[in-house]
Amino acid sequence: MTTSTSGSAVERYKYDVVVIGAGGAGLRAAVEAREAGLRVAIICKSLFGKAHTVMAEGGVAASMGNVNENDGWKVHFRDTMRGGKFLNNWRMAELHAKESPDRVWELETWGALFDRTKDGRISQRNFGGHEYPRLAHVGDRTGLELIRTMQQRIVALQQKDKKQYGDAEKYIKVFAELTITEILKDGGKVSGAFGYWRETGGEVAFEAPAVVLATGGIGKSFKITSNSWEGTGDGHALALKAGGSLIDMEFVQFHPTGMVWPPSVRGLLVTESVRGDGGVLTNSEGKRFMFNYIPEVFKDKYADNEAEADRWYTDQQNNRRPPELLPRDEVARAINSEIKAGRGSEHGGVYLDVSKRLPADVIRKKLPSMWHQFKELADVDITQTAMEVGPTCHYVMGGVHVDPDTAAAVGVPGLFAAGEVAGGMHGSNRLGGNSLSDLLVFGRRAGAGAAEYVKAMKKRPTVSDKAIKSAQDSLDAPFNRKSAKKSDSENPYTIHHELQELTQSLVGIIRTEKELKDALKKIDSLRARAAKAKAEGGRAFNPGFHLTFDLDNMLLVSECIALSALNSSGVTRWTHTR
Amino acid sequence: MARKVKMRIWRGDSKSGGFKEVTVPANEGEVVLDVIHRVQATEMSDLAVRWNCKAGKCGSCSMEINGKPRLACMTRMNSFEEGETITVTPLRAFPVIRDLVTDVSFNYKKAMEVDAYEHPEELKPGQARMQQVDVERSQEFRKCIECFLCQDTCHVIRDHEENKKSFAGPRFFIRMAELDMHPLDKLRNRKRKAQEEHGLGMCNITKCCTEVCPEHIRITDNAIIPMKERVVDEKYDPIRWLGSKIRKREGL
Repeated sequence: MTTSTSGSAVERYKYDVVVIGAGGAGLRAAVEAREAGLRVAIICKSLFGKAHTVMAEGGVAASMGNVNENDGWKVHFRDTMRGGKFLNNWRMAELHAKESPDRVWELETWGALFDRTKDGRISQRNFGGHEYPRLAHVGDRTGLELIRTMQQRIVALQQKDKKQYGDAEKYIKVFAELTITEILKDGGKVSGAFGYWRETGGEVAFEAPAVVLATGGIGKSFKITSNSWEGTGDGHALALKAGGSLIDMEFVQFHPTGMVWPPSVRGLLVTESVRGDGGVLTNSEGKRFMFNYIPEVFKDKYADNEAEADRWYTDQQNNRRPPELLPRDEVARAINSEIKAGRGSEHGGVYLDVSKRLPADVIRKKLPSMWHQFKELADVDITQTAMEVGPTCHYVMGGVHVDPDTAAAVGVPGLFAAGEVAGGMHGSNRLGGNSLSDLLVFGRRAGAGAAEYVKAMKKRPTVSDKAIKSAQDSLDAPFNRKSAKKSDSENPYTIHHELQELTQSLVGIIRTEKELKDALKKIDSLRARAAKAKAEGGRAFNPGFHLTFDLDNMLLVSECIALSALNSSGVTRWTHTR
Repeated sequence: MARKVKMRIWRGDSKSGGFKEVTVPANEGEVVLDVIHRVQATEMSDLAVRWNCKAGKCGSCSMEINGKPRLACMTRMNSFEEGETITVTPLRAFPVIRDLVTDVSFNYKKAMEVDAYEHPEELKPGQARMQQVDVERSQEFRKCIECFLCQDTCHVIRDHEENKKSFAGPRFFIRMAELDMHPLDKLRNRKRKAQEEHGLGMCNITKCCTEVCPEHIRITDNAIIPMKERVVDEKYDPIRWLGSKIRKREGL
């Protein structure tokens, strides 16, 4: 057995499938693989049930037609393609639109409690870019409901295994607070994964013929972001290093409405439901500016005057939608233009006001977390006054190039990817609500794809001692870095901070060739400095040490974003605007 | 704008530890977690702290701030007096791993012991019909972000390690209540199990859990007390007792 420099032996496990990431996509993949009879390891960087999915607010898009029976998968498909400026992988958009209703109903059979319509079915709400009310929701905490339901589904399956086999972890085991640093390969095929327990620093090697990446996004590479610390692009980087390819990386979604004040919460998400439920955007002159920003392709669907827009809330058959409900990229760019033109709010945002449309008690009921968030973090009562909001880095449409039907990563046999880490589904811009449904639809498909791949396999790849040794050496590197002078050593927190500043200002909403080239140069020099960032202290729960790995990944994805943006040679491809 | 604040931070591991004092700037609008991050970035790069969303939605940054179980991301710096020293310590009811991080696996073990939701087989996906008013009771408990502050503050666990074996704690009483009030759940003996297997009777409704809940879930009033009352009804009402024997129905 190999012994690590951490002092203890490398823990070794054998599974059929290793799922990296325990958000909606990872857990749905695990359930599917388990139900196909496979043994599954679920790996999460934080505690079980804390994944970024928990922060999703508005809802899950599925054309169940509970509120407007004209809805159906074809309309959802069209909306998704139109929102993504037809740059989506059409097959993924088709599967997504067709299967999302079943995935939502399935959650209900696992105990989820969505808000209801008057006749007792799952209620659906309006959202930007969706023609009909389509988002199944639980107030504005839908992500929490989704993650808890999936988490409890995993527990239910473990309880069953305990009853049947006397061992709850016979088929599914959750490895919480474990970071994967490398995908292991054997003769071109995936053979497992290597990582370390965050708690102790102890090393772990998984031998498994299939690995599902469900690691989420990249938001922590940007300064103003709605993402939690976990969004460091781990899966993007792991796939790339394992020989996979990333597509559409220039498409980063800036959600139009993040908090702007106070500074410590800048970027925190203000759900699109605020607009779906009647919130309007105004500038410092008190004007509803969105009427000036309706692009040609949307003119038939969006009202060009306030009277019609207001009527829509009560009569959707005979009026066009208010332009506040345009897709996110349109609204974010409009807000950006207003601020740049000097019509911004006091703290550099614009105003979003729902207090004039809905009574206070309705706001508190429909948007409880928003009410809570503004009250507790900004001393603002949204039932009385407007919120100040501005664009925040929210989601990456780009990601691992996958086969639409099986979620298999192109070019790396045994590697699969689902959810935000996968690319293609959303084209150049994701519609609100299409993320939670994406997690479920493609999480399930990745689990099934992995199961099918494993079952068809004749000889399993193995993990060699040599592969483990090399992974160990990389893990040890941050502790062994020596600098000639103390003043030469680098602080990973400082480098991270500088990276965030540079992506924000040079690779943001509007990009120029000159700035992108500048960004690439600066990323290079940050990488050189990151290679000198030494981890202080020991291996046990050491955030400085953890950050050195996250930082490598963030530098890599930031470079991918800047490179993709540069290579799209002067073309404005919507969320990517040059 | 920036003022200086004195932080007293517990540092150590399962074997030993003590307070370290540090003075750092705090800016307008910041929360305790911001200041801890500043300490991490400038003074103690290996200071262990759990956090994820920094928005009060994930329940990771639970700790004790001036002795009170709180979320560090939702505790505003301006809630302290000018010049007040802010003391942060790990959750007391759970074993320390390092610095502000504790081993909360107790809670995941307890989660495993609560029987899962059982869906009626005859109800195929999409067929369920429920009224909003009926789902709202359980929805209140499903707001839980599993920060485990209620578990930490509950003196049945906090002061009596030996109770952990037989007591599930407030977080799991609301889970049981949630399933008990779920309009579709098939299992019918949840209240009795809460009493007999999960230690509901040990709770003496001091409401400490309700006080610390960052989601303002009325744990005691809406979950624990209703379950306690109905367990009593079932057990001591002679007519119901007889009925349960004659009709051979398990539970309520």
